[in-house]
Amino acid sequence: MTRVLDKFATDIGAHGAVVCVGGNTQPTEGGLQDQGARIVRAPAGIVSYEPSEMTVTVYAGTPVTELANALAAHGQTIAMPIADGSTIGGALAVGRSSVFHLGHGNVRDTLLQARFVNGAGELVKVGGPTVKNVTGFDLCRLLVGSLGTFGFFGEVILRTRPIAASTQWFSALQADPFATRRSLYRPASIMWDGATTWVCLEGHPEDVAAQATILGRQFQPCSNPPVSLGGPEKHRWAMEPKELRSFGAERSPGSFMALIGIGEAWCSQPPPATPTEPRIQQLEQSIKTKMDPACRLNPGRTPGRRST
Amino acid sequence: MAPNSDLVDALIDIVGVHGVVTNAAEANLYSRDASNMTGAVGAVCFPTSTSQVAAVVALANRLGRPFVARGSGTGLAGGAVPTGEPIVIVLTRMNRIIDIDIDNMVAWVEPGVINLDLTRALGAHKMHFAPDPSSQQSCTIGGNVANNSGGPHCLAYGVTSPHIASLEVVLPDASIVTLGAVGPPTGVDLRGVFVGSEGTCGIATKIAVRLTPNPPAVRTLLLAFDNTTAATDCVSAIISAGLVPAALEMMDQKITNAVEDFVGAGYPRDAAAVLLVEIDGLPAGCDAGAAIVRTIGEAHGAMSVRLAASEGERLLLWKGRKTAFGAVARIKPNYYLHDTVVPRSALTKVLSEVYEIADRYDLIVMNVFHAGDGNLHPLLVFDGRLPGIMDRVHAAGEEIVRASLAAGGVLSGEHGIGLEKRDLMSLQFSPVDLVAQDMVRSCFDPRGLANPLKVLPAGSRCGEGHGVPDGLWI
Repeated sequence: MTRVLDKFATDIGAHGAVVCVGGNTQPTEGGLQDQGARIVRAPAGIVSYEPSEMTVTVYAGTPVTELANALAAHGQTIAMPIADGSTIGGALAVGRSSVFHLGHGNVRDTLLQARFVNGAGELVKVGGPTVKNVTGFDLCRLLVGSLGTFGFFGEVILRTRPIAASTQWFSALQADPFATRRSLYRPASIMWDGATTWVCLEGHPEDVAAQATILGRQFQPCSNPPVSLGGPEKHRWAMEPKELRSFGAERSPGSFMALIGIGEAWCSQPPPATPTEPRIQQLEQSIKTKMDPACRLNPGRTPGRRST
Repeated sequence: MAPNSDLVDALIDIVGVHGVVTNAAEANLYSRDASNMTGAVGAVCFPTSTSQVAAVVALANRLGRPFVARGSGTGLAGGAVPTGEPIVIVLTRMNRIIDIDIDNMVAWVEPGVINLDLTRALGAHKMHFAPDPSSQQSCTIGGNVANNSGGPHCLAYGVTSPHIASLEVVLPDASIVTLGAVGPPTGVDLRGVFVGSEGTCGIATKIAVRLTPNPPAVRTLLLAFDNTTAATDCVSAIISAGLVPAALEMMDQKITNAVEDFVGAGYPRDAAAVLLVEIDGLPAGCDAGAAIVRTIGEAHGAMSVRLAASEGERLLLWKGRKTAFGAVARIKPNYYLHDTVVPRSALTKVLSEVYEIADRYDLIVMNVFHAGDGNLHPLLVFDGRLPGIMDRVHAAGEEIVRASLAAGGVLSGEHGIGLEKRDLMSLQFSPVDLVAQDMVRSCFDPRGLANPLKVLPAGSRCGEGHGVPDGLWI
């Protein structure tokens, strides 16, 4: 294990611009990467999996679907988008949660421990291997969503979760998604495009049936989640959850897809530029300077910057 | 030690005469927290607004004097023990619930709000704040943020960090920023670094906590075993069955008997260990979960499996658990509570090592802990008046920590590092790992004024060589 990670660190080295490529499914996130940079790939494969611990250790280059399939064989899954082609390291670096964010939680809470390579080419461990851990500074959360600009994931330990006994999507036209959310106990997901509301209920089959009754006859079962979020032609908007109501009211039905309860929406129109507070920018830059003084890791990418 | 008079005068200019402690006896109350460590204060003040906190921090910067923020002082790792005669900034007067925003599922609160007071205020909305430390009747939300606090119900809901959406923070240079957002994350998660940084990255002055809906159904079971191995094996089996209870607590015979003497919670005195298992959610899932727990418990030889038949019985079972540490006073006048986490599969092995270590040091050990997530809380019980006893307590404690790490565990599950485990950090992290943590900390606080000498051991910073802080009594 250490030899594999040492080789990854050696590949990255301590000099010259270097880009870590996963599945390359989100190549424009946070800006276009520097074309002249050397390319490295994280090692791939499941290192160890203890279903009874509800944790799994994987190399960062492991495809998300490969891990999801291995976990599903033991009735478990992970709270991150399970998309064809994407890798675990890439998904963590982008830091985007799945359509089940409302019920399963944020992807940043999935990462328990990481071994990553910093700008000096050093292998650094952050976090801890157990499901509960508050030892030292929580740098795992700093890395998730940082687009690899502080370091490249080599190996991670993730929290797993049980797959629900029953999962069912429902949809309805002209339902109020906000009232729907208030009427349900911890739905897994609620999506809305201004016309249709989709609801995912999970749990014991009898509980799913009872919650479906609360939804009312307006909602009908449907077979699949409506869409995957994002895509090259879509832009992500982030706002307070309640602001989605006015966001939707200002747009034509079907022109966007919103995650109710989260405050996230996707549409073809880019969001307005929202400048980061100067003091926050300073802090972020200061951390970048410490972790990667030569700015050689994933040049061209900036966390939080609008996709190009 | 009397507060520094020039400092007191400068603080009075900021927070008023009623916001500063002027006599030595009262000031010394703030020289310690709930740990066994004592420091020394430079001065003590009680700001009531963000601008006052920022002004006090600015004063500290002008004087080059450290500052330490604290809430109720319930921390067990010495995180709020003042080192370097700092200005102690007590936040208990900033205790307003500013806004309960159900549409956004957050509440904005000041840091001095008591954890249980918040949950009670949310009760009218059928919501609660999920982290529930055993000290929730007195600990503050600001303290929960600083320590990334846990509690029995962390098993299903997680420790504090996932429940913090956003924070207004006075940084160590006195600038005021907002970290995180009520909406979804964008960019670098500085909020996540701040939570659990034990006051070393600044002071939270407003906190947006996420609200958790009260579960429509709850099932609470008490399982009794005639040996601790069967109980710990049962814990692993429950998790292996794909069940994540809201809470899964274990108590050994010494502590259950102490609790019975104290509050009469209805625990069986003849059991070597009991498991308190709570399942919450929707009714059918709860019933199915309770049936699985019963089946697994019986398969592991449980002497009895009891489902709380009423809310009163459930509350009594929890009262026993939550007053366990108070009950210890009936055995000996002092205790030292440890906090480590091990993989669930190592619970049986490490617990037997804990008993063996305590025997070897001729100490009483009681175990009451969050078994579901492997969070051990060995309680070393002793009479601190006996000569040499603290040496034995510390030596046994360090062996327990080392045994936990050897089993693949971590130093702390919910109490934090503070001063207590600062010098043990190198057991879990390499020098390179520690330098990375210190680099991030120094970005927030390049002058090292915010709660200095906590969390990271001497030598984490290049060229640094601090030892045990002067004047600190451990």
